[in-house]
Amino acid sequence: MKCKEIITELADYLDEDLDPLLRSSIEQHLAKCKDCRIVVDTCKKTIQIYCNSEPAPLPLDTRERLRLALEKRLRRARV
Amino acid sequence: MSSPKLDPLQPHTLPSQVVKEDEPALVAAAKAGDLTAFETLVGRYERKIFRLTQNITQNKEDAEDAMQEAFLKAFEHLGEFQGNSRFYTWLVRIAVNQALMKLRRRRPNHVSIDEEVDTGEDMIPREIEDWGPSPEDRYEQTELGEILTNVIGELDSSFRIVFQLRDIEELSTEETAEALSLSVPAVKSRLLRARLKLRQKLNRYFRRGEPS
Repeated sequence: MKCKEIITELADYLDEDLDPLLRSSIEQHLAKCKDCRIVVDTCKKTIQIYCNSEPAPLPLDTRERLRLALEKRLRRARV
Repeated sequence: MSSPKLDPLQPHTLPSQVVKEDEPALVAAAKAGDLTAFETLVGRYERKIFRLTQNITQNKEDAEDAMQEAFLKAFEHLGEFQGNSRFYTWLVRIAVNQALMKLRRRRPNHVSIDEEVDTGEDMIPREIEDWGPSPEDRYEQTELGEILTNVIGELDSSFRIVFQLRDIEELSTEETAEALSLSVPAVKSRLLRARLKLRQKLNRYFRRGEPS
């Protein structure tokens, strides 16, 4: 398996959506190829860092406007 | 039906498992007319939905409008929510539609999300450097948040939005395809390209100081 093929299959490999034979070929290549190992590892970390990142608190004015818009709509539902 | 006991001041500190477990009860209560339950759902998801609409529109005013409209639409159409997916996934789809409408209105000539994209030669990674075990620990949370927002903002919208839905909101490939009216192979190729581009852009922040 060549480095270029690893890149083609990378998304399915990271999502664990590959047949076992192809997965095993990729892992054999990764065991020998440091560059591909780094690409796979840093791609995994990219996903983890984004997935685990906490969203920033809402700006106060944004939150206030959301509250007012909802209150107005929910008040209509209450009557 | 009353909503489960929750501390309204701490909506984001609940363990994720608890969030997932009590969501159906809150949604059922909201559908039955418990408005406090709906407000609890809003409080729980407002930050995530705002980040989503910001990442799609890249404009604070549009993001705020899209978020508001998403919550109002969710409230109005709550009766149509069948519970076949998580409520949050349903809400994300509404918010994506609102945000995409804003994006199209503001940038009518931008690359459409459903346009064919070239996923050819430029996918070959450059700058192959190790990051070490926990590169994110090198930054304060606020600074890290700014880096992540800026870097994802540099991506073309057709890649940015797929990454946002698939890897940040954790929708399945099929759900992402459905939400964006794309084919599954199109989602997969954009996702691959988005991940590689983000990896490359984050390299300048996360690579080790010295060669390993």
